[in-house]
Amino acid sequence: MLKLRNLSYETVVGLLAAASVILLVAPTLVILVMSFTGDFLLRFPPRSWSVRWYIELFENSPQIAASAWISLQVALISTLASTTLGTLAALAVAGRRSAWAVALDSLFMSPMVFPAMSLGLALLLLLSLLGMRPALWSLAVGHTVIVTPFVIRMVSAAVQQLNPVLLDCSASLGASRIFTFFNVTLPLIRPGLLGGAVIAFLSSIDHVPVSLMLSDPRVETLPVNLWILLDSNLDVRVASVSGIIVAITLVVILVLDRRMLGHVPR
Amino acid sequence: MRAGGAVSGYLSAAPLALLFTVAYLVPVVILVIISLSASTSGFNFTLVHYVAALTNGFNLGILFDTLVLGLQVSFATMLAAYPIGLLFMRCGPRGRAIIVFLILLPMLTNTVVRTFAWMIILGREGVINISLMSIGWIEEPLRMLYTRTGLIVALVQIFLPLMALPINASLARINDNLVKAAEGLGASRFYVFRTVILPLSLPGAIAGFLLTFAGSSTAFVSQTLVGGGRQIFMPLLIYQQAIGVQKWNAAAALSIVFAISILVIVFAMNRYSRKYLRGMDA
Repeated sequence: MLKLRNLSYETVVGLLAAASVILLVAPTLVILVMSFTGDFLLRFPPRSWSVRWYIELFENSPQIAASAWISLQVALISTLASTTLGTLAALAVAGRRSAWAVALDSLFMSPMVFPAMSLGLALLLLLSLLGMRPALWSLAVGHTVIVTPFVIRMVSAAVQQLNPVLLDCSASLGASRIFTFFNVTLPLIRPGLLGGAVIAFLSSIDHVPVSLMLSDPRVETLPVNLWILLDSNLDVRVASVSGIIVAITLVVILVLDRRMLGHVPR
Repeated sequence: MRAGGAVSGYLSAAPLALLFTVAYLVPVVILVIISLSASTSGFNFTLVHYVAALTNGFNLGILFDTLVLGLQVSFATMLAAYPIGLLFMRCGPRGRAIIVFLILLPMLTNTVVRTFAWMIILGREGVINISLMSIGWIEEPLRMLYTRTGLIVALVQIFLPLMALPINASLARINDNLVKAAEGLGASRFYVFRTVILPLSLPGAIAGFLLTFAGSSTAFVSQTLVGGGRQIFMPLLIYQQAIGVQKWNAAAALSIVFAISILVIVFAMNRYSRKYLRGMDA
Protein backbone atom coordinates (compact mmCIF):
# COMPACT_ATOMS: atom_id res chain seq x y z
CA MET A 1 0.00 0.00 0.00
CA LEU A 2 2.72 2.40 1.05
CA LYS A 3 4.83 1.38 -1.96
CA LEU A 4 1.90 2.10 -4.24
CA ARG A 5 1.35 5.51 -2.73
CA ASN A 6 5.03 6.34 -3.02
CA LEU A 7 4.92 5.28 -6.63
CA SER A 8 1.99 7.59 -7.27
CA TYR A 9 3.91 10.39 -5.52
CA GLU A 10 6.84 9.83 -7.86
CA THR A 11 4.53 9.87 -10.86
CA VAL A 12 2.75 13.03 -9.79
CA VAL A 13 5.97 14.90 -8.99
CA GLY A 14 7.61 13.66 -12.19
CA LEU A 15 4.71 14.74 -14.39
CA LEU A 16 4.38 18.13 -12.72
CA ALA A 17 8.13 18.74 -12.97
CA ALA A 18 8.04 17.81 -16.65
CA ALA A 19 5.16 20.25 -17.20
CA SER A 20 7.05 23.03 -15.40
CA VAL A 21 10.22 22.39 -17.37
CA ILE A 22 8.26 22.49 -20.65
CA LEU A 23 6.65 25.74 -19.51
CA LEU A 24 10.10 27.11 -18.74
CA VAL A 25 11.72 26.19 -22.04
CA ALA A 26 8.90 26.32 -24.61
CA PRO A 27 8.92 30.11 -25.23
CA THR A 28 12.63 30.12 -26.07
CA LEU A 29 12.20 27.28 -28.57
CA VAL A 30 9.13 28.93 -30.12
CA ILE A 31 11.13 32.14 -30.64
CA LEU A 32 14.02 30.34 -32.31
CA VAL A 33 11.67 28.50 -34.69
CA MET A 34 9.59 31.59 -35.37
CA SER A 35 12.55 33.76 -36.32
CA PHE A 36 13.02 31.64 -39.47
CA THR A 37 9.49 32.21 -40.76
CA GLY A 38 9.02 33.26 -44.37
CA ASP A 39 5.49 34.58 -43.72
CA PHE A 40 4.28 38.11 -43.15
CA LEU A 41 2.09 36.95 -40.30
CA LEU A 42 3.09 35.45 -37.00
CA ARG A 43 1.68 31.99 -37.60
CA PHE A 44 2.96 28.90 -35.87
CA PRO A 45 4.25 26.73 -37.36
CA PRO A 46 5.28 28.98 -40.24
CA ARG A 47 4.09 27.94 -43.74
CA SER A 48 7.43 28.77 -45.30
CA TRP A 49 10.96 29.11 -44.04
CA SER A 50 13.56 31.74 -44.76
CA VAL A 51 16.09 34.08 -43.23
CA ARG A 52 14.39 37.11 -44.81
CA TRP A 53 13.59 38.75 -41.47
CA TYR A 54 17.21 38.53 -40.42
CA ILE A 55 18.21 40.14 -43.72
CA GLU A 56 15.48 42.76 -43.29
CA LEU A 57 16.82 43.45 -39.82
CA PHE A 58 20.38 43.99 -40.96
CA GLU A 59 19.57 45.93 -44.11
CA ASN A 60 16.46 47.98 -43.43
CA SER A 61 16.18 48.61 -39.74
CA PRO A 62 18.32 51.58 -38.77
CA GLN A 63 15.99 52.41 -35.89
CA ILE A 64 16.30 48.99 -34.27
CA ALA A 65 20.08 49.09 -34.72
CA ALA A 66 20.27 52.57 -33.21
CA SER A 67 18.17 51.54 -30.21
CA ALA A 68 20.31 48.42 -29.72
CA TRP A 69 23.40 50.65 -29.63
CA ILE A 70 21.74 52.93 -27.03
CA SER A 71 20.81 49.90 -24.92
CA LEU A 72 24.34 48.55 -25.10
CA GLN A 73 25.87 51.85 -23.98
CA VAL A 74 23.37 52.28 -21.14
CA ALA A 75 23.94 48.68 -20.02
CA LEU A 76 27.73 49.00 -20.08
CA ILE A 77 27.75 52.28 -18.14
CA SER A 78 25.23 51.11 -15.55
CA THR A 79 26.99 47.75 -15.13
CA LEU A 80 30.33 49.44 -14.58
CA ALA A 81 28.85 51.99 -12.15
CA SER A 82 26.70 49.54 -10.19
CA THR A 83 29.46 46.93 -9.94
CA THR A 84 32.06 49.42 -8.71
CA LEU A 85 29.83 51.36 -6.30
CA GLY A 86 27.82 48.27 -5.31
CA THR A 87 30.93 46.25 -4.44
CA LEU A 88 32.33 49.07 -2.31
CA ALA A 89 28.98 49.43 -0.55
CA ALA A 90 28.59 45.69 -0.03
CA LEU A 91 32.03 45.55 1.62
CA ALA A 92 30.80 48.13 4.12
CA VAL A 93 27.38 46.70 4.95
CA ALA A 94 27.53 42.94 4.34
CA GLY A 95 27.04 40.85 7.44
CA ARG A 96 26.80 43.81 9.79
CA ARG A 97 23.92 44.03 12.21
CA SER A 98 24.17 47.65 13.31
CA ALA A 99 21.21 49.92 12.62
CA TRP A 100 23.21 51.92 10.07
CA ALA A 101 24.25 48.86 8.10
CA VAL A 102 20.72 47.48 8.05
CA ALA A 103 19.29 50.85 6.98
CA LEU A 104 21.82 51.27 4.18
CA ASP A 105 21.33 47.70 3.01
CA SER A 106 17.54 48.15 2.92
CA LEU A 107 17.95 51.39 0.98
CA PHE A 108 20.25 49.77 -1.58
CA MET A 109 17.98 46.73 -1.97
CA SER A 110 14.70 48.66 -2.12
CA PRO A 111 14.65 49.39 -5.89
CA MET A 112 13.90 45.69 -6.23
CA VAL A 113 10.42 46.19 -4.76
CA PHE A 114 9.81 49.87 -5.52
CA PRO A 115 7.66 50.02 -8.68
CA ALA A 116 9.99 50.99 -11.53
CA MET A 117 7.29 53.02 -13.29
CA SER A 118 7.02 55.22 -10.17
CA LEU A 119 10.80 55.63 -10.07
CA GLY A 120 10.79 56.49 -13.77
CA LEU A 121 8.19 59.20 -13.19
CA ALA A 122 10.17 60.52 -10.20
CA LEU A 123 13.34 60.78 -12.29
CA LEU A 124 11.42 62.46 -15.11
CA LEU A 125 10.02 65.04 -12.67
CA LEU A 126 13.52 65.72 -11.32
CA LEU A 127 14.84 66.25 -14.85
CA SER A 128 12.04 68.60 -15.83
CA LEU A 129 12.50 70.52 -12.59
CA LEU A 130 16.14 70.98 -13.51
CA GLY A 131 15.06 72.03 -16.98
CA MET A 132 16.84 69.11 -18.63
CA ARG A 133 15.74 66.71 -21.32
CA PRO A 134 16.23 62.98 -20.99
CA ALA A 135 19.59 61.90 -22.36
CA LEU A 136 21.81 58.87 -22.42
CA TRP A 137 23.39 59.73 -19.09
CA SER A 138 20.05 60.10 -17.29
CA LEU A 139 19.00 56.67 -18.58
CA ALA A 140 22.31 55.23 -17.39
CA VAL A 141 21.84 56.76 -13.92
CA GLY A 142 18.29 55.40 -13.67
CA HIS A 143 19.44 51.95 -14.75
CA THR A 144 22.27 52.02 -12.23
CA VAL A 145 19.75 52.46 -9.40
CA ILE A 146 17.59 49.64 -10.83
CA VAL A 147 20.40 47.07 -11.20
CA THR A 148 22.46 47.85 -8.09
CA PRO A 149 20.45 45.49 -5.82
CA PHE A 150 21.58 42.48 -7.86
CA VAL A 151 25.24 43.44 -7.42
CA ILE A 152 24.78 44.09 -3.69
CA ARG A 153 23.07 40.73 -3.19
CA MET A 154 25.72 38.74 -5.05
CA VAL A 155 28.74 40.56 -3.61
CA SER A 156 27.31 40.52 -0.07
CA ALA A 157 26.94 36.74 -0.30
CA ALA A 158 30.59 36.48 -1.37
CA VAL A 159 31.77 38.88 1.34
CA GLN A 160 29.96 36.93 4.03
CA GLN A 161 31.81 33.78 3.00
CA LEU A 162 35.11 35.62 3.29
CA ASN A 163 37.24 34.36 6.14
CA PRO A 164 38.08 37.47 8.26
CA VAL A 165 41.24 35.73 9.51
CA LEU A 166 42.75 36.17 6.04
CA LEU A 167 42.29 39.94 6.27
CA ASP A 168 43.79 40.00 9.76
CA CYS A 169 46.76 37.95 8.53
CA SER A 170 47.35 40.35 5.70
CA ALA A 171 47.13 43.33 8.05
CA SER A 172 49.42 41.79 10.68
CA LEU A 173 51.98 41.02 7.99
CA GLY A 174 52.12 44.74 7.36
CA ALA A 175 49.98 45.06 4.24
CA SER A 176 48.09 48.30 3.82
CA ARG A 177 44.31 48.23 3.56
CA ILE A 178 44.48 49.03 -0.13
CA PHE A 179 47.04 46.29 -0.76
CA THR A 180 44.86 43.83 1.16
CA PHE A 181 41.80 44.89 -0.80
CA PHE A 182 43.40 44.28 -4.19
CA ASN A 183 45.39 41.17 -3.30
CA VAL A 184 43.19 39.35 -0.79
CA THR A 185 39.61 40.62 -0.76
CA LEU A 186 39.09 41.22 -4.45
CA PRO A 187 40.34 37.82 -5.72
CA LEU A 188 38.20 36.06 -3.11
CA ILE A 189 34.95 37.88 -3.93
CA ARG A 190 35.57 37.86 -7.68
CA PRO A 191 33.01 35.13 -8.51
CA GLY A 192 30.25 37.07 -6.73
CA LEU A 193 31.37 40.31 -8.31
CA LEU A 194 31.41 38.89 -11.85
CA GLY A 195 28.07 37.13 -11.33
CA GLY A 196 26.59 40.40 -10.07
CA ALA A 197 27.97 42.27 -13.08
CA VAL A 198 26.49 39.75 -15.54
CA ILE A 199 23.07 39.93 -13.91
CA ALA A 200 23.27 43.74 -13.75
CA PHE A 201 24.11 43.91 -17.45
CA LEU A 202 21.29 41.59 -18.49
CA SER A 203 18.79 43.37 -16.22
CA SER A 204 19.68 46.70 -17.77
CA ILE A 205 19.28 45.32 -21.30
CA ASP A 206 15.93 43.93 -20.11
CA HIS A 207 14.54 47.01 -18.40
CA VAL A 208 11.56 48.93 -19.78
CA PRO A 209 9.60 51.16 -17.33
CA VAL A 210 12.33 53.68 -16.43
CA SER A 211 13.57 53.74 -20.04
CA LEU A 212 10.04 54.36 -21.28
CA MET A 213 9.45 57.25 -18.89
CA LEU A 214 12.82 58.80 -19.77
CA SER A 215 12.59 58.01 -23.45
CA ASP A 216 12.83 60.52 -26.15
CA PRO A 217 13.15 59.71 -29.86
CA ARG A 218 16.90 60.28 -29.50
CA VAL A 219 17.32 57.91 -26.58
CA GLU A 220 15.06 54.95 -27.13
CA THR A 221 16.37 51.64 -25.83
CA LEU A 222 15.98 48.34 -27.67
CA PRO A 223 13.27 46.82 -25.43
CA VAL A 224 11.28 50.07 -25.55
CA ASN A 225 11.55 50.04 -29.33
CA LEU A 226 10.44 46.38 -29.44
CA TRP A 227 7.58 47.12 -27.07
CA ILE A 228 6.36 49.90 -29.36
CA LEU A 229 6.67 47.61 -32.41
CA LEU A 230 4.64 44.89 -30.66
CA ASP A 231 2.09 47.24 -29.15
CA SER A 232 1.22 48.95 -32.41
CA ASN A 233 1.41 46.13 -34.94
CA LEU A 234 2.90 42.69 -34.62
CA ASP A 235 6.06 43.37 -36.59
CA VAL A 236 7.70 40.09 -37.66
CA ARG A 237 11.15 41.69 -37.42
CA VAL A 238 10.76 41.34 -33.64
CA ALA A 239 11.12 37.59 -34.20
CA SER A 240 14.56 37.95 -35.78
CA VAL A 241 15.73 40.42 -33.12
CA SER A 242 14.51 37.93 -30.54
CA GLY A 243 16.35 35.11 -32.29
CA ILE A 244 19.58 37.07 -32.06
CA ILE A 245 18.99 37.94 -28.40
CA VAL A 246 18.28 34.29 -27.54
CA ALA A 247 21.45 33.20 -29.38
CA ILE A 248 23.54 35.77 -27.48
CA THR A 249 21.98 34.69 -24.19
CA LEU A 250 22.78 31.04 -24.91
CA VAL A 251 26.40 31.90 -25.65
CA VAL A 252 26.62 34.00 -22.47
CA ILE A 253 25.33 31.17 -20.30
CA LEU A 254 27.55 28.56 -21.90
CA VAL A 255 30.63 30.74 -21.69
CA LEU A 256 29.96 31.73 -18.08
CA ASP A 257 32.53 30.14 -15.89
CA ARG A 258 31.02 27.61 -13.53
CA ARG A 259 32.67 29.28 -10.60
CA MET A 260 30.88 32.47 -11.53
CA LEU A 261 27.60 30.76 -10.89
CA GLY A 262 28.96 29.60 -7.57
CA HIS A 263 25.88 30.98 -5.78
CA VAL A 264 23.81 28.27 -7.41
CA PRO A 265 23.41 25.32 -5.08
CA ARG A 266 24.45 22.02 -6.48
CA MET B 1 39.48 45.30 11.17
CA ARG B 2 36.03 45.86 9.80
CA ALA B 3 34.75 46.40 13.30
CA GLY B 4 36.94 49.52 13.42
CA GLY B 5 35.67 53.09 13.65
CA ALA B 6 31.89 53.41 13.55
CA VAL B 7 31.90 55.94 10.74
CA SER B 8 35.05 55.02 8.85
CA GLY B 9 33.75 51.47 8.39
CA TYR B 10 30.94 52.79 6.22
CA LEU B 11 33.14 55.09 4.15
CA SER B 12 33.19 52.76 1.16
CA ALA B 13 29.39 52.84 1.05
CA ALA B 14 29.43 56.63 0.70
CA PRO B 15 29.66 56.88 -3.10
CA LEU B 16 26.65 54.62 -3.61
CA ALA B 17 24.76 56.35 -0.80
CA LEU B 18 25.41 59.66 -2.56
CA LEU B 19 24.20 58.30 -5.90
CA PHE B 20 21.07 56.86 -4.27
CA THR B 21 20.38 60.18 -2.57
CA VAL B 22 20.58 62.14 -5.81
CA ALA B 23 19.00 59.63 -8.20
CA TYR B 24 16.52 57.85 -5.92
CA LEU B 25 15.67 59.57 -2.63
CA VAL B 26 15.51 63.14 -3.99
CA PRO B 27 13.38 62.15 -7.02
CA VAL B 28 11.00 60.23 -4.75
CA VAL B 29 10.70 63.23 -2.42
CA ILE B 30 9.93 65.40 -5.48
CA LEU B 31 7.36 62.80 -6.53
CA VAL B 32 5.69 63.12 -3.11
CA ILE B 33 5.74 66.94 -3.27
CA ILE B 34 4.26 67.00 -6.78
CA SER B 35 1.57 64.55 -5.70
CA LEU B 36 0.59 66.95 -2.91
CA SER B 37 0.45 69.97 -5.17
CA ALA B 38 -2.53 71.28 -7.12
CA SER B 39 -0.53 71.87 -10.28
CA THR B 40 3.06 71.64 -11.51
CA SER B 41 3.51 75.41 -11.55
CA GLY B 42 4.40 76.32 -7.98
CA PHE B 43 3.42 74.44 -4.85
CA ASN B 44 -0.19 74.70 -3.66
CA PHE B 45 -0.89 72.05 -1.06
CA THR B 46 -3.84 69.82 -1.78
CA LEU B 47 -4.91 66.26 -1.15
CA VAL B 48 -7.25 66.21 -4.11
CA HIS B 49 -5.07 63.83 -6.14
CA TYR B 50 -4.96 61.30 -3.32
CA VAL B 51 -8.69 61.61 -2.81
CA ALA B 52 -9.14 60.98 -6.52
CA ALA B 53 -6.75 58.03 -6.46
CA LEU B 54 -8.42 56.41 -3.47
CA THR B 55 -12.11 57.19 -3.99
CA ASN B 56 -12.47 57.03 -7.76
CA GLY B 57 -13.89 53.55 -8.36
CA PHE B 58 -12.01 53.20 -11.62
CA ASN B 59 -8.57 53.91 -10.12
CA LEU B 60 -9.24 51.93 -6.98
CA GLY B 61 -10.46 48.97 -9.02
CA ILE B 62 -7.25 49.00 -11.05
CA LEU B 63 -5.10 49.18 -7.93
CA PHE B 64 -6.94 46.28 -6.32
CA ASP B 65 -6.87 44.24 -9.52
CA THR B 66 -3.11 44.80 -9.92
CA LEU B 67 -2.39 43.58 -6.40
CA VAL B 68 -4.69 40.57 -6.91
CA LEU B 69 -2.86 39.77 -10.16
CA GLY B 70 0.44 39.84 -8.26
CA LEU B 71 -0.89 37.41 -5.65
CA GLN B 72 -2.44 35.08 -8.22
CA VAL B 73 0.78 34.92 -10.21
CA SER B 74 2.88 34.37 -7.07
CA PHE B 75 0.75 31.43 -5.89
CA ALA B 76 0.65 29.85 -9.34
CA THR B 77 4.41 30.30 -9.73
CA MET B 78 5.01 28.63 -6.38
CA LEU B 79 2.91 25.65 -7.46
CA ALA B 80 4.94 25.37 -10.67
CA ALA B 81 8.30 25.75 -8.92
CA TYR B 82 7.95 23.03 -6.25
CA PRO B 83 7.93 20.03 -8.62
CA ILE B 84 11.13 21.36 -10.21
CA GLY B 85 12.63 21.75 -6.74
CA LEU B 86 11.68 18.21 -5.73
CA LEU B 87 13.26 16.90 -8.92
CA PHE B 88 16.33 19.04 -8.24
CA MET B 89 16.59 17.60 -4.73
CA ARG B 90 16.88 14.03 -5.95
CA CYS B 91 19.24 14.72 -8.85
CA GLY B 92 23.00 14.24 -8.75
CA PRO B 93 25.42 17.07 -9.60
CA ARG B 94 24.98 16.55 -13.34
CA GLY B 95 21.19 16.60 -13.23
CA ARG B 96 21.27 19.66 -11.01
CA ALA B 97 23.53 21.48 -13.45
CA ILE B 98 21.07 20.74 -16.26
CA ILE B 99 18.11 21.98 -14.20
CA VAL B 100 19.99 25.17 -13.29
CA PHE B 101 20.76 25.71 -16.98
CA LEU B 102 17.09 25.25 -17.89
CA ILE B 103 16.12 27.80 -15.22
CA LEU B 104 18.80 30.33 -16.16
CA LEU B 105 18.13 30.24 -19.89
CA PRO B 106 14.71 31.91 -19.70
CA MET B 107 15.75 34.09 -16.77
CA LEU B 108 18.56 35.61 -18.78
CA THR B 109 16.45 35.97 -21.92
CA ASN B 110 14.95 39.40 -22.47
CA THR B 111 11.47 39.88 -20.99
CA VAL B 112 10.14 41.57 -24.14
CA VAL B 113 11.33 38.53 -26.10
CA ARG B 114 9.64 36.09 -23.74
CA THR B 115 6.46 38.15 -23.77
CA PHE B 116 6.57 38.10 -27.56
CA ALA B 117 6.89 34.29 -27.41
CA TRP B 118 3.71 34.14 -25.35
CA MET B 119 1.92 36.28 -27.92
CA ILE B 120 2.85 33.65 -30.50
CA ILE B 121 1.90 30.72 -28.27
CA LEU B 122 -1.45 32.10 -27.12
CA GLY B 123 -2.50 33.91 -30.31
CA ARG B 124 -5.43 33.10 -32.60
CA GLU B 125 -3.14 31.27 -34.98
CA GLY B 126 -0.72 30.40 -32.22
CA VAL B 127 0.93 27.19 -31.14
CA ILE B 128 -1.86 26.01 -28.83
CA ASN B 129 -4.78 26.83 -31.11
CA ILE B 130 -3.18 25.27 -34.19
CA SER B 131 -2.21 22.09 -32.34
CA LEU B 132 -5.60 21.67 -30.68
CA MET B 133 -7.43 22.25 -33.96
CA SER B 134 -5.19 19.86 -35.88
CA ILE B 135 -5.95 17.02 -33.47
CA GLY B 136 -9.61 17.97 -33.62
CA TRP B 137 -10.19 18.90 -29.98
CA ILE B 138 -11.56 22.30 -30.90
CA GLU B 139 -13.24 23.67 -34.02
CA GLU B 140 -12.80 27.38 -33.42
CA PRO B 141 -9.64 28.98 -32.09
CA LEU B 142 -9.79 29.66 -28.34
CA ARG B 143 -9.36 33.19 -27.09
CA MET B 144 -6.28 33.09 -24.87
CA LEU B 145 -4.23 36.13 -25.78
CA TYR B 146 -5.58 39.30 -24.13
CA THR B 147 -7.25 37.29 -21.36
CA ARG B 148 -6.53 37.16 -17.66
CA THR B 149 -5.63 33.46 -17.73
CA GLY B 150 -3.24 33.96 -20.63
CA LEU B 151 -1.58 36.81 -18.78
CA ILE B 152 -1.19 34.73 -15.61
CA VAL B 153 0.37 31.82 -17.53
CA ALA B 154 2.85 34.13 -19.26
CA LEU B 155 3.78 35.85 -16.00
CA VAL B 156 4.22 32.50 -14.24
CA GLN B 157 6.75 31.50 -16.88
CA ILE B 158 8.51 34.84 -16.67
CA PHE B 159 8.88 34.72 -12.88
CA LEU B 160 9.38 30.97 -12.48
CA PRO B 161 13.21 31.30 -12.33
CA LEU B 162 12.99 33.87 -9.51
CA MET B 163 10.87 31.39 -7.55
CA ALA B 164 12.66 28.18 -8.53
CA LEU B 165 16.19 29.31 -7.60
CA PRO B 166 15.51 30.14 -3.93
CA ILE B 167 13.22 27.10 -3.53
CA ASN B 168 15.93 24.84 -4.99
CA ALA B 169 18.48 26.42 -2.68
CA SER B 170 16.45 25.75 0.44
CA LEU B 171 15.46 22.25 -0.68
CA ALA B 172 19.10 21.40 -1.34
CA ARG B 173 19.94 22.49 2.20
CA ILE B 174 17.54 19.99 3.80
CA ASN B 175 19.40 17.24 5.60
CA ASP B 176 18.77 14.04 3.68
CA ASN B 177 18.77 12.05 6.92
CA LEU B 178 15.57 13.78 8.04
CA VAL B 179 13.78 12.54 4.95
CA LYS B 180 15.27 9.05 5.34
CA ALA B 181 14.34 8.94 9.00
CA ALA B 182 10.73 9.87 8.26
CA GLU B 183 10.55 7.30 5.49
CA GLY B 184 12.24 4.68 7.67
CA LEU B 185 9.56 5.25 10.28
CA GLY B 186 6.95 4.41 7.68
CA ALA B 187 5.78 7.82 6.51
CA SER B 188 4.55 7.99 2.93
CA ARG B 189 6.26 10.34 0.49
CA PHE B 190 3.25 12.68 0.49
CA TYR B 191 3.34 12.80 4.28
CA VAL B 192 7.09 13.48 4.29
CA PHE B 193 6.58 16.30 1.80
CA ARG B 194 3.84 17.89 3.86
CA THR B 195 5.47 17.58 7.28
CA VAL B 196 9.22 17.75 6.59
CA ILE B 197 10.10 19.10 3.16
CA LEU B 198 7.48 21.84 2.80
CA PRO B 199 8.03 23.53 6.18
CA LEU B 200 11.83 23.39 5.84
CA SER B 201 11.78 24.93 2.37
CA LEU B 202 9.40 27.77 3.26
CA PRO B 203 12.13 30.41 3.67
CA GLY B 204 13.09 29.95 0.00
CA ALA B 205 9.47 29.87 -1.10
CA ILE B 206 8.69 33.09 0.78
CA ALA B 207 11.72 34.86 -0.71
CA GLY B 208 10.59 33.77 -4.17
CA PHE B 209 6.99 34.76 -3.43
CA LEU B 210 7.97 38.31 -2.46
CA LEU B 211 10.14 38.80 -5.54
CA THR B 212 7.44 37.38 -7.80
CA PHE B 213 4.75 39.53 -6.21
CA ALA B 214 6.73 42.75 -6.57
CA GLY B 215 7.82 41.77 -10.08
CA SER B 216 4.53 40.58 -11.56
CA SER B 217 2.39 43.42 -10.22
CA THR B 218 4.77 45.90 -11.88
CA ALA B 219 5.45 43.85 -15.06
CA PHE B 220 4.50 46.59 -17.50
CA VAL B 221 5.59 44.86 -20.73
CA SER B 222 3.74 41.58 -20.20
CA GLN B 223 0.70 43.28 -18.69
CA THR B 224 0.24 45.51 -21.71
CA LEU B 225 1.19 43.05 -24.48
CA VAL B 226 -0.33 39.79 -23.23
CA GLY B 227 -3.06 41.43 -21.16
CA GLY B 228 -4.13 43.61 -24.06
CA GLY B 229 -5.88 46.96 -24.13
CA ARG B 230 -8.92 45.97 -22.09
CA GLN B 231 -7.02 45.01 -18.97
CA ILE B 232 -5.43 48.04 -17.37
CA PHE B 233 -3.04 47.68 -14.46
CA MET B 234 -1.32 50.31 -12.32
CA PRO B 235 1.94 50.72 -14.29
CA LEU B 236 -0.01 51.45 -17.49
CA LEU B 237 -2.40 53.77 -15.65
CA ILE B 238 0.54 55.75 -14.26
CA TYR B 239 2.16 55.87 -17.70
CA GLN B 240 -1.06 57.03 -19.39
CA GLN B 241 -1.68 59.73 -16.78
CA ALA B 242 1.91 61.00 -16.96
CA ILE B 243 2.82 60.72 -20.63
CA GLY B 244 -0.56 60.29 -22.33
CA VAL B 245 -2.61 63.08 -20.76
CA GLN B 246 0.23 64.93 -18.97
CA LYS B 247 -1.52 64.94 -15.59
CA TRP B 248 1.72 64.90 -13.61
CA ASN B 249 0.19 65.48 -10.18
CA ALA B 250 -2.40 62.76 -10.57
CA ALA B 251 0.24 60.38 -11.94
CA ALA B 252 2.52 61.19 -9.00
CA ALA B 253 -0.24 60.48 -6.48
CA LEU B 254 -1.07 57.18 -8.19
CA SER B 255 2.65 56.29 -8.18
CA ILE B 256 2.92 56.91 -4.46
CA VAL B 257 -0.25 54.98 -3.64
CA PHE B 258 0.92 52.06 -5.79
CA ALA B 259 4.44 52.05 -4.34
CA ILE B 260 3.13 52.18 -0.76
CA SER B 261 0.67 49.33 -1.40
CA ILE B 262 3.44 47.11 -2.78
CA LEU B 263 5.91 48.00 -0.03
CA VAL B 264 3.33 47.47 2.73
CA ILE B 265 2.35 44.05 1.39
CA VAL B 266 5.97 42.93 0.91
CA PHE B 267 6.95 44.26 4.35
CA ALA B 268 3.96 42.64 6.06
CA MET B 269 4.53 39.27 4.42
CA ASN B 270 8.21 39.43 5.27
CA ARG B 271 7.44 40.30 8.88
CA TYR B 272 4.78 37.67 9.26
CA SER B 273 6.90 34.94 7.67
CA ARG B 274 9.86 35.73 9.92
CA LYS B 275 7.66 35.45 12.96
CA TYR B 276 6.23 32.20 11.66
CA LEU B 277 9.66 30.75 10.87
CA ARG B 278 11.01 31.78 14.27
CA GLY B 279 8.08 30.07 15.90
CA MET B 280 8.91 26.93 13.97
CA ASP B 281 12.51 26.89 15.17
CA ALA B 282 11.51 27.04 18.81
